Amino acid sequence: MILAVDGLEFSYNSHAVLRDIKFAVARGEFLAILGNNGAGKSTLLKCLNKILKPRRGTIMIEKDNIFNLSRLEVARKMGYVAQMYESGRVTVFDAVLLGRKPHIKWDVSPRDLEVVQRVLRVLDLEGFSLRYLDELSGGELQKVIIARALAQEPGVLLLDEPTSNLDLKNQLEVLKTIKGAAREENLAAVVVMHDLNLALRFADKFLLLKNSTVFACGGMEIMTPENLTAVYGVPVTLARMGPIPVIVPFIPGGP
Amino acid sequence: MHQLVMANVAQGYLKYTRRKVLVIGLLSILSVFLGVYAINAGSAELTPVQVLQTLLGQVEGQAQVIIWNIRLPRVLAAFTAGAGLSVAGCVMQNILRNPLASPFTLGVSQGAAFGAAVAILALGAGSTHSTGADAVLINNPYLVTCSAFLGAMAATLIILFLARVKGVSPEAMVLAGVALGSLFSAATIILQYFASDVQVAAMVFWTFGDIGRASWRDLELMATVTGAGLLYFMANRWNYNALDSGEETAQGLGVQVEKIRLTGMFIASLITAAVVSFLGIIGFIGLAGPHLMRRVIGGDHRFLIPAAAVTGGFLLLASDTVARTVISPVVLPVGAITSFMGAPLFLYLLSRGYRKR
Repeated sequence: MILAVDGLEFSYNSHAVLRDIKFAVARGEFLAILGNNGAGKSTLLKCLNKILKPRRGTIMIEKDNIFNLSRLEVARKMGYVAQMYESGRVTVFDAVLLGRKPHIKWDVSPRDLEVVQRVLRVLDLEGFSLRYLDELSGGELQKVIIARALAQEPGVLLLDEPTSNLDLKNQLEVLKTIKGAAREENLAAVVVMHDLNLALRFADKFLLLKNSTVFACGGMEIMTPENLTAVYGVPVTLARMGPIPVIVPFIPGGP
Repeated sequence: MHQLVMANVAQGYLKYTRRKVLVIGLLSILSVFLGVYAINAGSAELTPVQVLQTLLGQVEGQAQVIIWNIRLPRVLAAFTAGAGLSVAGCVMQNILRNPLASPFTLGVSQGAAFGAAVAILALGAGSTHSTGADAVLINNPYLVTCSAFLGAMAATLIILFLARVKGVSPEAMVLAGVALGSLFSAATIILQYFASDVQVAAMVFWTFGDIGRASWRDLELMATVTGAGLLYFMANRWNYNALDSGEETAQGLGVQVEKIRLTGMFIASLITAAVVSFLGIIGFIGLAGPHLMRRVIGGDHRFLIPAAAVTGGFLLLASDTVARTVISPVVLPVGAITSFMGAPLFLYLLSRGYRKR
């Protein structure tokens, strides 16, 4: 297991946001964090790479407890794609090169350039390398941000709702990119998601959050109508369209 | 085949960054030419050849005195102060995530001016006389600069506090800067109220912002502070690039955001204090320098910081030369010239919408 979390607790002004969180992810896996708004999904993600400081618990990345690592050392092991991304007037190559920041001592080395090139090729962004970020579409920009996180050469990739604000085609493309990267770069992807059907299509593992704690964690076997009804507070049925699992919510008194 | 494409992407990028270095180099050369022209311009009827010969130590006499004691320190002070203010503005815009930030618009310059006025008038660190270009003679530059720094820090701490309170928009922060600026200006005026006639005349002249009063000793201190600040900012250029992608992204890249923000503002205030305590308030250079260069070479701080420094130096030197020559022999206060140039830019930034940088 590359990332193992145990007994994690986070509170905000003595109000418990997360308690008794326990889960683990292996390299190559895609873990979807699911739950209602306010369940603490983004908070959990930010605890994982020390942006927020948990009250207690352990977070092990490979052999290291992240609380014994400096922020820079954490950045060398975990890439983070925030929900909000702002940008100055820089090119795609500049933006991806920024991912090398945790590794750069004073100036860019040939190896840094090599890594950026490789990541740009893997995500099929080579043709864009000298375009400015403000000239890109939403889907392209999101891929650039993921490329930046991959250029960190992390073991774990954390993504906070990477598909919000994207159209259907780009949602699929971005998730395919993440899934492919997890496989090819042999890293664990931990993704906060809202769309259950997309989660079912792409994730290998699921973490259901409810009332500030883990309701269930595991593979397809935990994605039962009963569990999802309990977590989301909406009755759902699980149907199949051929091989594809589909979640259909039931709207009481609705169409 | 793939190797070839790969090499081309990186080479294309390196070519793109070399263009930025070229721009900075060209601007530096232009600044040197402007410097020689500025030393040359004036009522002593020197020629550029004479100027160069004097600088190389080949001519003696009156020309040497004028150039070494009056013109050269003035030109160097203009360039140094412009570079310092511009770099301070560049970093403030980055760490406060506010394109309208600069020492002048946030009231830091006015705070420094108040601090300097306290040292000169109340603590007796300077003497004043109402005639001549050197209306305020600073006897103890260190005390004046320290006092100016305390004033600048007072404004900075309030701005930092506001920046931490969520929901303070860039415009609101500039409004706070206007309020702070007025507050410090009012305090300076009250200080003047209790001063003698001669001191008041000198103080009014002093608050305009004028390069002519810099001596070699002042220049030394100003250049040391600006140079050290520039080195610090360059050492943190990657942190500033990371901050441009948002606070959380920067943290995810290993940046200690709070520390970078505090020390950055601290150093920017120190540079502002050093400049303002010797030259008075000079507005808009901290806005014009970085924004011009963001347009030309983009927002990568590896190149933006040195480019903003050179541009700021060039702009202030050009403004001062205009101030000196436009209705020669009368010397206009350079602060008025920079405001003529900077105020339209500020309005333009406001009208364009602050989100697009």
